[in-house]
Amino acid sequence: MHDTSAHAVHQHAAPTSFIRKYVFSLDHKVIGKQYYGLALLAVLTGMVLSWLMRLHLGWTDLKIPGLHLLSASGAPGDVMTPEYYLQLMTMHGTIMVFFVLTTAPFAAFGNYFLPIQVGAEDMPFPRFNMMSFWVTFTAFLVLISSFFFGDGPTLAGWTQYAPLSAVGAVAGPGQGTGEVLWASSIAIFCVGQLLGSLNFITTTLDMRTKGMSLWRLPLTAWGWFITSVMGLTAFAVLMPACILLILDHVAGTSFFVASNLVLNDQLQPHSGGSTLLWQHLFWFFGHPEVYIAIVPGMGVVSHILVANMRRPMLSHRVIVYSMGALAVLSYMVYGHHMFVSGMNPFSSLVFSFPTLVITIPSTILVLIWIGSLYGSKLRINTASLFALGFISMFISGGVSGFFLAQPSIDIMLHATYFVVGHFHLVMAVAAIFGIFAGTYFWYPKVTGRMMNETLGKIHFWLTFVGAYCIFMPFHYLGIAGNVRRYQAFVDDYLVRLIPLHRFITVAALCTGAVQLIFLYNLFYSRFRGEEAPLNPWQATSLEWSTPSSPPPFDNFGGRHVVVYHDPYQYGIEGSTDDYVMQDSPAQIQSVRDEK
Amino acid sequence: MGKILAVTIILIAILSAVPIVMHTWNPPADVSTHGHLIDEQMSETMAEAGIAFLAGQILLAFFIWKFSNVKPGARIKNFPGGAMGLVLAAFLLVGTEVLALGVFGVKAWSQVYFTPPAADAMPVQVQAGQFAFYFRYPGADGKFGPLHPELVNEGTQNLFGLDPDHDPASKDDIVTAEMAIPVNKEVHLLMHSKDVGHSFYVPALRVQQDFVPGLDVSLHFTATKVGKYEIVCTQLCGLGHYNMKAYLEVMSQQDFDSWLKQQAANQ
Repeated sequence: MHDTSAHAVHQHAAPTSFIRKYVFSLDHKVIGKQYYGLALLAVLTGMVLSWLMRLHLGWTDLKIPGLHLLSASGAPGDVMTPEYYLQLMTMHGTIMVFFVLTTAPFAAFGNYFLPIQVGAEDMPFPRFNMMSFWVTFTAFLVLISSFFFGDGPTLAGWTQYAPLSAVGAVAGPGQGTGEVLWASSIAIFCVGQLLGSLNFITTTLDMRTKGMSLWRLPLTAWGWFITSVMGLTAFAVLMPACILLILDHVAGTSFFVASNLVLNDQLQPHSGGSTLLWQHLFWFFGHPEVYIAIVPGMGVVSHILVANMRRPMLSHRVIVYSMGALAVLSYMVYGHHMFVSGMNPFSSLVFSFPTLVITIPSTILVLIWIGSLYGSKLRINTASLFALGFISMFISGGVSGFFLAQPSIDIMLHATYFVVGHFHLVMAVAAIFGIFAGTYFWYPKVTGRMMNETLGKIHFWLTFVGAYCIFMPFHYLGIAGNVRRYQAFVDDYLVRLIPLHRFITVAALCTGAVQLIFLYNLFYSRFRGEEAPLNPWQATSLEWSTPSSPPPFDNFGGRHVVVYHDPYQYGIEGSTDDYVMQDSPAQIQSVRDEK
Repeated sequence: MGKILAVTIILIAILSAVPIVMHTWNPPADVSTHGHLIDEQMSETMAEAGIAFLAGQILLAFFIWKFSNVKPGARIKNFPGGAMGLVLAAFLLVGTEVLALGVFGVKAWSQVYFTPPAADAMPVQVQAGQFAFYFRYPGADGKFGPLHPELVNEGTQNLFGLDPDHDPASKDDIVTAEMAIPVNKEVHLLMHSKDVGHSFYVPALRVQQDFVPGLDVSLHFTATKVGKYEIVCTQLCGLGHYNMKAYLEVMSQQDFDSWLKQQAANQ
């Protein structure tokens, strides 16, 4: 904890030019909004890709009008080719995991609110912060450019298993230029995340204002802090892995390609590499990545729930410890992606154990959220609906982890739609519900206007039911043995599952269309929304103590904020309101959680 | 609106469970000696995960129903037992549950991976390549000839890269596009990838194992029922991945012997 006089001086003056104010801005709030904008662009791209994929899975020979404009060779006569399906699928996964699920909950919300919530005027390294966004944006452009070069994007899936990803164009369309662009994009993305993580960690540890001890940090700040530690360690592994992959393409190395491989009757000029090495490096990043996507959502949802339950969580510390336990365990469980990969089968049992254990902190989190609802004064609004929806999705997606944690069951379920259902519910849909909750909750602070609640609620109901209609049947498909990453179902035992695929396609199209309501609300409310009061939710943390919405350039209008209380002083009896702001000097009987 | 959300969550939970309880979608019936262990483990897990799923959703819905929009004057109450009670419950209920699942699950895994194949198990080599499986039987000498990757040529149908002119052990090797095995006879499958990663998944046999390019791995199993089953690839291997499949025919020993003789004649 530090004295504010030493640290809270804004390190750069308020810019006046358009470029410095809105484009190459050093202000964490602008950078947060830029990340949100990038995530929005990415999620729309990823969603359109998923529509195309779903249409193709429902009706393989379907003509999708105009598709040939995207790729003449990928969709001759507007009918998608098998390879183009895989290329779109790879781009869908990559865009969603990296540019949406990592970018929005962590980089967008975290950038905007972490400095404010700790009482700082900005992040400690504003130039690194600006760089982290523009590097990430460049990574996005490089990835998207692969649609337009050579024979299109890589088709090797977001997991990019070697040697398919490493031997070059001989392995199939997109495996030459497209592949190098993919690996370059992700390596660049890692740089952005490393710079971002560095800023987040330093902000949390070094920029806290007077009175803001670690235990007085809101759960959002804890979520971002834990995530940034994971980001620093996980992306630091993925980046060199991607560089080695690029070298296998351009420098004739053989990091991930074994000897004596024959493609197209040609013996490949590689020797001595290891196929499994890529998988180990990728999943050492890949599993923490799941938690990089979801832990910020856990923080956001906890933060929004307490404001709407009008009470603190049953235990603030247990939530922090559980999120921390998830982060630590996430590095020890990664091998559960590789049970049948050909690694030593004994390792599978070793990786299985922490995977089963990780259900304990997950269960504790769910029980604390649900237990805190007990005896609360729950307010229902769009933000709290999405937060409650998050819990429901997290439970549904979490229980399927019981199956996938066991090597013996994985023999049947590995690489099936069961896995697809599991990770979509637990990390994608849940995380996106966290993003929606955060958007509805913080919109008044960021824009000074309220989002339309009626449209918000319609958006919630249709999305909640729609997401279940899409992703629950994935589990049934998986149980029936439906292999993932197939562009059509030609196997005798899979043909009977096609009607279920068609149901999912219709649900996906409808649920996707519903997101237009959100988009409309997002833009319409910016200009026509009701003007927001300074603290519309009667919330206690520091973002609601700023003198205006949006907050001024230095966040607190020159005031040195001093923190007097734990973050969630709700349900205070005897005061005129039922809450006390974190920076209020009022003497109160503090609502303390169990230590 | 809280009450509507509560009802919706419960309806979704129940409707989601119906196809599971009704066994609407199942994998092909098990025809292996070890598969029942996996199926039992699956059922146990389904019961426990199902209870956790329903209990979690119902509890969430119940509290939303009860505590949304309560009277403004109501006092905040704490859950009986508090956070520590819930932490203990998570450790005791879920901890023991997952520990039990983990311990019992080792049995099925061990049977597949930790027991060596029987001495008289029938060796079959499977080679995966974009986008087909090919199989090799060692012939009368019981020995597989060595592979020469530089000789692989689909045009001349030298799919494995054999050199029978120089390798006596290759002379009687039998290469086929379909896999046939005798019923109730253990098979020792030697898995070789020609190019990229593939997988050998036979849902009816309850086996799935990835091919590792550059590292031959093995698997053993016994089929218990005569019939024709599908072998599919589950590791993304390129544009024809969805169509990479072969059939496994489980035959009586007599039928298998004559099938193999026929295949040998076709070489």
